[in-house]
Amino acid sequence: MRYQYTEKKDTRSGFGDGLTALGRSHPGVVALCADLVGSLKMANFIKENPSRFFQMGISEANMMGTAAGLATAGKIPFTGTFANFSTGRVYDQLRQSIAYSEKNVKVCASHAGLTLGEDGATHQILEDVGMVKMLPNFTVIVPCDYHQTKAATIAIADHEGPVYLRFGRPSWPIFTNPEEPFVIGKAQKMISGSDVTIMAYGHMVWKAIEAEAILAAEGFSVEVINMHTIKPLDVSAILDSVNKTRCIVTAEEHNINGGLGESVARVVGQNHPCPQEFVAVNDTFGESGTPDQLLEKYGLSAKNIVTAAKRAIERK
Amino acid sequence: MGNIAELEKIASQVRRDIVRMVHSCQSGHPGGSLGCTEYLIALYFSIMKHDTKFNMKGIEEDLFFISNGHISPVFYSVLARVGYFDVSELATFRKINSRLQGHPATEEGLPGIRMSAGSLGQGLSVACGAALAKRLNNDPRNTFCLMGDGEQQEGQVWEAAMFAAHNKLDHLIATIDYNGQQIDGPVDEVLSLGDLAGKYKAFGWTVLCCEGNDMSAILSMLNEAIDHTGNGKPIMILMKTAMGKGVDFMEGSHKWHGIPPNDVQLEDALNQLEETLGDY
Repeated sequence: MRYQYTEKKDTRSGFGDGLTALGRSHPGVVALCADLVGSLKMANFIKENPSRFFQMGISEANMMGTAAGLATAGKIPFTGTFANFSTGRVYDQLRQSIAYSEKNVKVCASHAGLTLGEDGATHQILEDVGMVKMLPNFTVIVPCDYHQTKAATIAIADHEGPVYLRFGRPSWPIFTNPEEPFVIGKAQKMISGSDVTIMAYGHMVWKAIEAEAILAAEGFSVEVINMHTIKPLDVSAILDSVNKTRCIVTAEEHNINGGLGESVARVVGQNHPCPQEFVAVNDTFGESGTPDQLLEKYGLSAKNIVTAAKRAIERK
Repeated sequence: MGNIAELEKIASQVRRDIVRMVHSCQSGHPGGSLGCTEYLIALYFSIMKHDTKFNMKGIEEDLFFISNGHISPVFYSVLARVGYFDVSELATFRKINSRLQGHPATEEGLPGIRMSAGSLGQGLSVACGAALAKRLNNDPRNTFCLMGDGEQQEGQVWEAAMFAAHNKLDHLIATIDYNGQQIDGPVDEVLSLGDLAGKYKAFGWTVLCCEGNDMSAILSMLNEAIDHTGNGKPIMILMKTAMGKGVDFMEGSHKWHGIPPNDVQLEDALNQLEETLGDY
């Protein structure tokens, strides 16, 4: 393994700790939550900044509009709820009151994807990245571990404009450098290689690293890129990599429709046509289970990435 | 400016602007615009402290958020007539490359516009956020919001109503244009609002009622609403208006919600509305 971890932690805790840091450093930052303070790890921010926190109750549409109003006056609102209720439930509010109105709102979305686990498909949104990336003015970010989620949370406060920040529920390996600043829109090359590019975001970056270890043992040279910013897409990072590897696998905890894979396919198709394989949920809903069981059943395991990578290499 | 006769002169001109704007592009919403003319003139020419050298944040200013964005003709006319931009720009309404979009938009940078509105039900939430920001900033000015009555059918309105009362947003003064009409017919036939005053009272608001096409009445009511600020409750004004007010063949009918007049109808309408300040 090219990366080791000694600790696992949920990415939502990275959000909570990032928000706490912002509470101390950014007086303009305010936080809103729709009855999920514990799940979003917002308690410390609230304790330290009680007047800058707004409990919205179970009313996400009102939360997005209220955040837009706060932003109008120059505040930097961070909304917190599950990814499902941050997007599908409030798409029109994101569209009109935030994106079209150019409001500096940070939509922070936890419990995204299959790794939400036992709650099942009602809560396991797999369409959110696609929905939000289609909204003009929105930046879409999915960090890969605790450290990166904390760094991304802090970074988006200084970015002017609407941001969708997606993270998750499960305890997950911590493998990035906590000192590394988060650069919005700049892909992170985790491992250099020349036979195939594996491009992932969120929890799937760790799966890509696991896959690289398997492939490396079989003699393949694999490049692993953490595409933590889905929009704006780091086009030159994609092209630099496929110019070298001449094939690519995208891996994401998202529906195959509308995710990173399609964005990458557009870039590759326009500039450097080459084989691409997609590791993603194949246009279905999830179900109850443990995160690992679900990733396995829905084709998002390291083994699935290995198979896709070999297929891509063969098609060159 | 508080002189009733002066404000009524402006109202006549704004109504001319409205019918000319929707006639010129053969689209838009004259009915609700004509009905809310007195309200918007009272706000912008008399009640609100605001700066036509527009600043988005509006610190130390009173703020107005329109939620029923389809009545953009009256909003644009009043903004232009009070000095946010030149009245000549009203001629571009709903035309290609205009800052005067069909529904208000910030994207074009039109002074006076803080939020997009059009998809209904969102403005009261935004006004709640703006009022919260004023509270955080120790800014004592008021936040106003206008909604339609049909718009009360949107669930988000009631989320915001609950939130405003719970948080004692007592410098929030919302108004409902209670004209009783919506696109498909009378509100009572489409989806009745029942006892709207009772509903807002039950939600914890101070509820006031007034005649909205009487300049004197609306000024008194807005001043009374301001007297109620700081009492721990948000304030709702149920403003009875006539859709299409000022143009006899449009008045009181939902049919003129979103239809422009033809050439003959335009002439008929303009004959009923005195040109007091010069057409754009």
